[in-house]
Amino acid sequence: MDWITKWFGKGQSSKDSAKQRLKLVLVHDRATISPHLIEALKEEIMDVIRKYIEVDDSGLDISLDESGDSVALLANIPIKGLRRNSNPANSM
Amino acid sequence: MLSKVIVITSGKGGVGKTTTVAHIGTALALMGRKVAVVDADIGLRNLDIILGLENRIVYDLVNVIEGTCKLNQALIRDKRVGNLYLLPAAQTRTKEAVEPEQMKALCHSLRETFDYVLIDSPAGIEGGFRNALAGADSAIIVTTPHVSAVRDADRIIGLVEAAEKGIPKLIINRLDIEMVKKGEMLDQDDIVDILSIGLLGIIPEDPAIVTASNRGESVFNNDKSKSAEAYRRIARRIEGEDVPLLDLDDNHSFLGRLKRILTTNIG
Repeated sequence: MDWITKWFGKGQSSKDSAKQRLKLVLVHDRATISPHLIEALKEEIMDVIRKYIEVDDSGLDISLDESGDSVALLANIPIKGLRRNSNPANSM
Repeated sequence: MLSKVIVITSGKGGVGKTTTVAHIGTALALMGRKVAVVDADIGLRNLDIILGLENRIVYDLVNVIEGTCKLNQALIRDKRVGNLYLLPAAQTRTKEAVEPEQMKALCHSLRETFDYVLIDSPAGIEGGFRNALAGADSAIIVTTPHVSAVRDADRIIGLVEAAEKGIPKLIINRLDIEMVKKGEMLDQDDIVDILSIGLLGIIPEDPAIVTASNRGESVFNNDKSKSAEAYRRIARRIEGEDVPLLDLDDNHSFLGRLKRILTTNIG
């Protein structure tokens, strides 16, 4: 009965689902970043943030989130307080 | 000419790397180039049986690397295609018997004698693949139009690029044109779109390949074989010629089209 669904245009050919599934899985496959790189990225991001905000380093969490059809860089950075003078040019 | 060392690899096993190496090697040799095909799948030797040279092996790649014999003692000349030589893999050893540096040195020595050195890589992304890649200037990735093979090809492309061997070229093997026409198989545009690398050629599904490998021959003996023509064109592209892709569809007649429309909707 496959052809009926095709005839009415509701069905998807198997090659289309192959392509769709592959594209999705490759987004995830390609997003594997080495722990070393994540660590370096974390340090640099934190250096910038520390200029403006007092942060709690122990509660810090930076990771790649792979949900749905996209990959996102998620950073959870607990804030202790804002710096009184948050203009980095002045504080230096 | 400056000799070229090319590794043929895939990630996934069983997609036709060995058959591809044998046929591209033969095609280049028939064009008058001096070609060495190297079986880098240590412990799972197969290029010899595909080429029909399995009874002529005395020494192998590991013997050369360990200095048990000279390079030219291990090279087997294909009597039917004079310019083609095989360096067989060791069968009773493991991949650990070879280091990447030793493969580099081996490829360097082969360059002195040959126009082309084609390396048949083992499946996988571990030591054996690293060895096969070590001495190569560039890589050819073989995939079939199956999701598992395409996914593994993507992984291998990343590893080849990370090893600074440039962007590899793609060969799509075993494309079944009838399934493609029904929309039941990924076609070349889909695969190129997904992997975003340049296409070197498409080999159609061809029973003549099985027949030829049963006999230890190449498909070039078979005039009607479409895959033979596809391999010839790949060899010419490797030589730098601009050759159009082979038209795999010979169902251009009115009846052929009618049949296609009917089978698409009924099947």
